[in-house]
Amino acid sequence: MSVTSVEPSGARPRRLSPSRFMIYAGLFVAAVYYLLPLYVMVVTSLKGMPEIRLGNIFSPPMEITFQPWVTAWDSACTGLYCEGLKVGFWNSMKILIPSVIVSIAIASVNGYALSNWKFKGSEVFFTILIIGSFIPYQVMLYPLVIIMRELGIFGTLTAIIVVHTIFGMPILTLLFRNYFAALPVELFKAARVDGAGFWQIFLQVLAPMSLPIFVVAVILQVTGIWNDFLFGVIFAGTENYPMTVQLNNIVNATQGVKEYNVNMAATILTGAVPLIIYFLSGRYFVRGIAAGAVKG
Amino acid sequence: MSGDRRPSGLTRNLNAKIAAVPMILTALVVFVGCSIWSIGYSFTSSNSLPVNEFVGLAQYERLFKTSRWIVSLKNIAIYGVFSIFFSLTMGFLLAALLDQKVRFENVFRTIFLYPFALSFIVTGLVWQWILNPTFGIEHVVRGLGFETFSFAPLSDRNTVIYALLIAGLWQGTGLVMAIMLAGLRGVDEEIWKASRVEGIPAWRVYVSVIIPMMKPVFVTTLVLIGSGIVRLYDLVIAMTNGGPGASSEVPAKYVYDFMFSRGNLGQGLAASTIMLIVVITIMIPWIYIEYGPKKRA
Repeated sequence: MSVTSVEPSGARPRRLSPSRFMIYAGLFVAAVYYLLPLYVMVVTSLKGMPEIRLGNIFSPPMEITFQPWVTAWDSACTGLYCEGLKVGFWNSMKILIPSVIVSIAIASVNGYALSNWKFKGSEVFFTILIIGSFIPYQVMLYPLVIIMRELGIFGTLTAIIVVHTIFGMPILTLLFRNYFAALPVELFKAARVDGAGFWQIFLQVLAPMSLPIFVVAVILQVTGIWNDFLFGVIFAGTENYPMTVQLNNIVNATQGVKEYNVNMAATILTGAVPLIIYFLSGRYFVRGIAAGAVKG
Repeated sequence: MSGDRRPSGLTRNLNAKIAAVPMILTALVVFVGCSIWSIGYSFTSSNSLPVNEFVGLAQYERLFKTSRWIVSLKNIAIYGVFSIFFSLTMGFLLAALLDQKVRFENVFRTIFLYPFALSFIVTGLVWQWILNPTFGIEHVVRGLGFETFSFAPLSDRNTVIYALLIAGLWQGTGLVMAIMLAGLRGVDEEIWKASRVEGIPAWRVYVSVIIPMMKPVFVTTLVLIGSGIVRLYDLVIAMTNGGPGASSEVPAKYVYDFMFSRGNLGQGLAASTIMLIVVITIMIPWIYIEYGPKKRA
C-alpha cells in the first residue's frame, strides 16, 4: 500500500476511495438495469424457439439464428396478412418524411415571423399555442376526426401529416422563435437596409446560419413521429398503419403460436431508427429534449 | 392601397401574417375550438354520433358510476404518484452521481438516456417479455434454485400497474437525469469550494443548498412528468391492453375505447373533459410559480 510512485507522470488517477467506489458501483448497477432489456431483446431474437422454451431469457444463444429477423421483416402476421414488418416500415417512412419536412418548414417560418416580424396579436396566438400543447390529445381527437372527415382526408397520409404538423407545432415554433430571437438583431437590420424582404431574409440570411437548430428539430420530429402510435392508429387509415401499430398487432396478435424470437426481432427493428439517430447524434438529441424541457 | 408605401391594417406585415396562418389555425381551431367542442358535447346524450340533446351532467354521473372509470382513475393515481417520486429521486441521484467528475460520463449518460429514444410500444413489448410469467424473470430465478420465488406482476390484478411503472420508469428516468444534470452543471463551483472549506458533508450541501436552488428545474421536470402521466396510453396498449380483466385500464384508454370502438361518444367526451380538468389543476401552480411572483420581483 505504501509503495510510492516515482514515475514523472502528470495527473495520475488516484486509488479508488470507498466513496468513489460507491459512486461507480451505483452507476454500474443503474447501467445494468438500463441495458438489460436491450440485451434480452437482442439475445432472444437470435435464439430458436426450442431454445427459448428450455432456457432462460438472460442466457446467450447457444446457436445463433437470424431466421427470426427475416421472418419479422418479411412474413410475420398481423391478423389476416402475413407480409411482415416491412409494410409498416415503409408506411412509417411515407408518414415520416413529409411530416418532418412540412412541420419544420411551417414552424421555422412561423418562429421567424414571431421573433422578427411581430404583429398585433402574434404573441397571443403563440401563448395559446404553448398552453394548448399541454391539453391531453384525447380532448381534441374526436373533433379533429370530424374536421378531417369534412375535408375528405380522414384515413389518408395527408391526414396524418396534418396531425403531426399540428401537434409538433408548439415545441418546434418555440425552438425556432427562441433561436432566431437570440441571433444578433444587426444581421436582420442590415438585411432590411439592403432592401431584403420577409422571405429573402429568412431564406438567404437566417436559415443558412441556423443549421444546428434545424438538426435539433429534425431529430426531435423524427423520433417523435416514428414513435407515435395514437395518431397513426386513428388518422392514417388501415393501409397506412405505421410501424409501431403494426408491431403491436404482430406481437399482441391473439391467434397462432407465440414466436417470442420473431417478436423481439420485430421490436428491435421498430426501435432501430430512433436508436440509430440517438447514438449518432447524442449531443443534438440532448439539446432537443432540453429545449423541450424548458418550455415557456 | 394604390401606391401607398406603408399599407396599414390587415395588409401591414402581410408576409408574417401569412407565415403565421398555420399557427393561428392550430391555436384557434384545434386547441381552442376542438377543446370547446369536446367540452360542450360532453353535456349531450351523444352516442355513436354527436347529437345536440342537452342532458346536463348525466354523462359525468354515469362516468363516476362506471367501475372501469374508477379503476382507471385509481391506476393513474398510483402510477402518477410512484412515477413522480421515483423518476425525480432516481433521476436526481443518477445526475448527482454523474456530476462527481466520473470517468466514462458520456458512456453512462448514453446508457441512461437511450430508452427515451424508444417508443412506448417498444418499451411495453420488451418488458412484457422480461416479465413473462412462463419464461421471464420468475422462471429464471426459480431455475437458480429459489423454487418459491414469485414475481409475475403482469398476471396479477393487484400488481399489474407496478409492472407498467417499472417499464415507464425505465423509459423516462433518463430524461429526468439529463435535465437534472444540466441543472447541476449550472450550480456555481464556488458553493462547492466554500462547503469544502467549511467541512460540510456533500449530502448536506445537496439537501440544504443545491436542491432548494434547483427548485425551478424540479418544477419544470414535474410538469413534464405530469403531462406524460396523463397521456399514458401506448404503454398500456403494448404491455397489458388493460388486462388482466380491466385491472390496468387508464383514463386515456377509456376515452379512446368509448369514442372509437364502443360508439359511446358522450362518455368518451366526459372522460376527456375530466382529463383536461386534471391537467389544468396541475398546470395552475406551475404557471403561478413560473410567471407569477417572478414577474413582480
